[in-house]
Amino acid sequence: MAFQLLLNMLLSITWMFLNNDWTAAGFIIGFALGLLILIAFRRFFHQPLYVKKMWAIVKLLLIFTKELFVSSFAVAKHVVSPKLNMRPGIFTFRTVLQSDWEVTILACLICLTPGTLTLEISRDSRTLFIHAMDIEDADELAEQIKLSFERAILEVRHA
Amino acid sequence: METLTTIVEYAVVLAVLFGVVFCLLGALGLVRMPDVYLRSHAATKSATLGVLCVLAGAFLYFALFEGHISAKLLLGILFVFLTSPVAGHLNGRAAYRSGVKLWRRSVRDDWEKALQQKEKGASSQENVRQ
Repeated sequence: MAFQLLLNMLLSITWMFLNNDWTAAGFIIGFALGLLILIAFRRFFHQPLYVKKMWAIVKLLLIFTKELFVSSFAVAKHVVSPKLNMRPGIFTFRTVLQSDWEVTILACLICLTPGTLTLEISRDSRTLFIHAMDIEDADELAEQIKLSFERAILEVRHA
Repeated sequence: METLTTIVEYAVVLAVLFGVVFCLLGALGLVRMPDVYLRSHAATKSATLGVLCVLAGAFLYFALFEGHISAKLLLGILFVFLTSPVAGHLNGRAAYRSGVKLWRRSVRDDWEKALQQKEKGASSQENVRQ
């Protein structure tokens, strides 16, 4: 992905050289034209086009923001309710993610989901111990994490 | 143009107000919640969103009324967004490691089991060595 991005920038700079046009607009036009060239020659790359990965990252950021809002409202509801009727607890979550940065992102996302907080990541970084504010059904909570976050992170990896 | 200014004015006011209310709720949560972990829930989530909203409101204000795009505010939003979940995680982990008890009405604790199992494994290994 980094190689393709670098290639695109190189093409853009070449375009600026050809036109002797050293402005931001010239760079953007060159970048768009370079992107077209990359699309035309995509069968020579070993990896898929980098635009796909960029889009997956943007989607992950959007999920991050949405979850922050949802979880803030959930916590606020617990804070202002007159009686403390939540049932906190710690549950384990097995992840299929492998590299360190993926597990890090997952842990950060879990810290921002409605009523969950990562407490510990095991030595082999496969098991996460998560403190939940309201642990009605831990399996359901884990399933939810799997479906939304893990899938989004896997999408970034595979794109 | 006039209506646009009014709309932006309301957006700034709403963003700052929303942020302040969430900061207040986070502070209330710190007082009301029974144990460290639940307090850390309140502190990481509500307070983060509150600070982000106040910063976003300030950014909008300076961008549209003073004509000054403040990159520092954007960077501040990014940094708070990145660091606050990590801080919450580290606080909770340090508390658990130094033996702070969960609330008495907590329903389950998988980590304690895992730690006990690990200790058992370690001590049995010691026995073998001896």
